[in-house]
Amino acid sequence: MKRLKTSGAIKNRNRLTEVRKFAPLFLYPTVAAFIIGFVWPFFWGLYLSFFRFRSVKKTTFIGFENYIKAFSDATFLKSFIFTVLFTITSVFIINIVAFSVALVLTRGIRGSNFFRTVFFMPNLIGGIVLGYIWKIILDAIISRFFGSSLVLNSKYGFWGLVILVAWQQIGYMMIIYIAGLQNVPSEYLEAAKIDGANGKQLLRHITIPSVMPSITICTFLTLTNGFKLFDQNLALTGGRPYNETEMLALNIYNSFYESTTNMGVGQAKAVIFFITVAVIALSQLYLTRSKEVDA
Amino acid sequence: MEISSNRTRLKNSLLTVLFSLFSVVWFFPVVVIFYNSFKSNDAIKTSLFSLPDNLSFSGLENYITGVLHGNYPFYFAILNSIVITVLSVGLILLCTSMAAWYINRVNSLFCKIIYYFCIFSMIVPFQMVMFTLSKTANTLGLDTPITIPIVYLGFGAGLAIFLFNGFVKGIPMEIEEAATIDGCNTLELFFRVVAPVMKSTYISVGILEVMWVWNDYLLPYLVLDKKQFRTIPIQIQYLQGSYGQVNYGATMALIILCLLPIILIYFVCQKYIIKGVLSGAVKG
Repeated sequence: MKRLKTSGAIKNRNRLTEVRKFAPLFLYPTVAAFIIGFVWPFFWGLYLSFFRFRSVKKTTFIGFENYIKAFSDATFLKSFIFTVLFTITSVFIINIVAFSVALVLTRGIRGSNFFRTVFFMPNLIGGIVLGYIWKIILDAIISRFFGSSLVLNSKYGFWGLVILVAWQQIGYMMIIYIAGLQNVPSEYLEAAKIDGANGKQLLRHITIPSVMPSITICTFLTLTNGFKLFDQNLALTGGRPYNETEMLALNIYNSFYESTTNMGVGQAKAVIFFITVAVIALSQLYLTRSKEVDA
Repeated sequence: MEISSNRTRLKNSLLTVLFSLFSVVWFFPVVVIFYNSFKSNDAIKTSLFSLPDNLSFSGLENYITGVLHGNYPFYFAILNSIVITVLSVGLILLCTSMAAWYINRVNSLFCKIIYYFCIFSMIVPFQMVMFTLSKTANTLGLDTPITIPIVYLGFGAGLAIFLFNGFVKGIPMEIEEAATIDGCNTLELFFRVVAPVMKSTYISVGILEVMWVWNDYLLPYLVLDKKQFRTIPIQIQYLQGSYGQVNYGATMALIILCLLPIILIYFVCQKYIIKGVLSGAVKG
């Protein structure tokens, strides 16, 4: 038996040497595309953020000047604040509604599967189309009841965006919450009921602590989605009026493609944006890891 | 006991009624766009929410205008979208599943470096690379519907390799050893033994990538030569973004043409689609 195993290990090693010969077929095509589509553009972008340029053929090294300009750009700071406010609002609304819907749909009411299907549906619609659907509908409502338009008042733009992303993402988060709720051990719930716990106590002391992993995932997904929002922003308001509803991603885009003097500022903003998103994503990783250790 | 279960039943029925109303509200935006696509432009402007009647009904006129007229024919945008989506997703599935298996099984230093880069790429937003990526793609001639799949493979490789690797990890080595003893070479081993086992992962990743590429706006907008090649989202953005006369009826007809296939497919195989779309939840 033992001899068989060692000969198996040798065979396995031989097999891997055999597999290695196929690297040009299995590995290199993807690696080449990955370098073209990610690795090279990433490092080149990082490099260019320290240069002044209008075309990539003529670049001048200027150190951190682009970053200083980015931080002193009023539109960039304004879009940063708008993005943060929008993200916080949408994170709260999406998660509270999605969690409540998930609670109801795990009670075993009639039609649960149908409701799930319907609520998830907007998730399949692309950002640009989504933006125009809501632009048409919200503009009709606003002009009838308030005599105004989405692109005339930034308040309408803000809440329009919140409604839009809520419609898009509630279904997605709902599914994650449903999966979490279905894993809550029923013995705990029953034991607490026997001990005389009421609905509110069950929710607070048993259900919510048991679905904490789902809550962490959904919070961070809605956070990063909010920060990275672009298509919907472009289609719904395009930043109007006067860049007042412009979010970070759109601001970066505009400083690249509407700037005629120095595209380096746009690239520096993109690096700042990347670091912000990375910090959010890494803190999620850290939080979920530490939760796992607790459990 | 009897009373309380009766009360629960009543409460549940009320919730069903309430959620039926919510479902109607949820579908309302799509329904409004749908019936407005059959109304004349004047009727759309004056009263968006009223149903088409004898006066305002315009038949398929909006659809015909939307598809045939304009400076760029819409059927060409549909064709571009289909070609780009099919080629990109096919290429991503084939290449990244092979790469993920190779990386996991060989596990050399080079493989580990590639894998860590893949994970890293998942937290990088597109804006970080959009300028340099589109420049690189243009220099290399990757700006046509036939060649842009290479860009999609490159930018999408990280997530796809991560997802495939998660599954490959769980395939027992013994199966592969047995197949090798039976005389399989590496190619046969992958395509006859490993790939069939990964079928459900292929479906999930495939759906995730289809939804991404089909709906993507900024990447093809920056990379493709816009005079020659536009996708559906690009064309819809062009129709709306140009100031002046916007033909609402035609735009709505195009939105419906864009949505209808997605919604129909969704209702037929929603289980796979929800699973596939959710598999992307790992991306930061």
